[in-house]
Amino acid sequence: MDAKRREVLKTGGGVLALAAATGILKPGEGLAQEWNKAAFDTRSVSDTIKALGGSGSSPSGAIEITAPDIAENGAVVPVAVESKLPRTQAIAILIEKNPNTLSAEFEIPAGTDPFVSTRVKMAETSNVYALVIADGKYFHAVKEIKVTIGGCGG
Amino acid sequence: MADPMRIRANMTGDKVEVKALMAHEMETGLRKDAKGNLVPSHFIRNVTVTHGGKTVLSAQWGTSISKNPFMHFRFKGGKPGEKVTISWIDNKGDKRTDEATIASGS
Repeated sequence: MDAKRREVLKTGGGVLALAAATGILKPGEGLAQEWNKAAFDTRSVSDTIKALGGSGSSPSGAIEITAPDIAENGAVVPVAVESKLPRTQAIAILIEKNPNTLSAEFEIPAGTDPFVSTRVKMAETSNVYALVIADGKYFHAVKEIKVTIGGCGG
Repeated sequence: MADPMRIRANMTGDKVEVKALMAHEMETGLRKDAKGNLVPSHFIRNVTVTHGGKTVLSAQWGTSISKNPFMHFRFKGGKPGEKVTISWIDNKGDKRTDEATIASGS
């Protein structure tokens, strides 16, 4: 991360603080939640894993990614992830070649199936990683999805 | 205020299957409008699903979730007639909360 980027991050924080001070964002109201800006700003799979608190991850056959091999429209790519790893705590979807790698992170409390399905945007053909945190350890599965029309262009 | 979510919660065996469709632009901040100006990012950052006062799923999203986001998951411990509540908040502080009643399913 270079100095300029840090500057931008700081400014971003300042805007949030201002929003909080002026009452646009009321602390503690409703969904008072953190948003892991550092993780969503990452530009590589390894940086995303680090920003999510891991030092690396192991490939696992117990994670299944359900997605098309070829997505006709990169703006809407259905991706489902199911983990068979015991004590799955979180599932994240990472798209290697998107401008920002991390797409989503889902926290799975006890009682909720280690399964999520959503729709993501893909700029181009890319490997899609399903990162699973289970029992404090990091695992992943990967699937390449070919995109014929990008989803982030204008 | 954003349009209401469409939420479906159905029993599937002993689990509640939840499908939600939210109305949101999910602008990446990378797209340019017709005049070539960047369209500022506007996207849902946090989604929380609760049932009986307990969080059954919480998510953090980036800009690469598709426009009008869809989400599907399952949890245990719900019964027909009970409520499932979904809330989201975006990067501009806009928010929306909707609920659905768990149907007995098929």
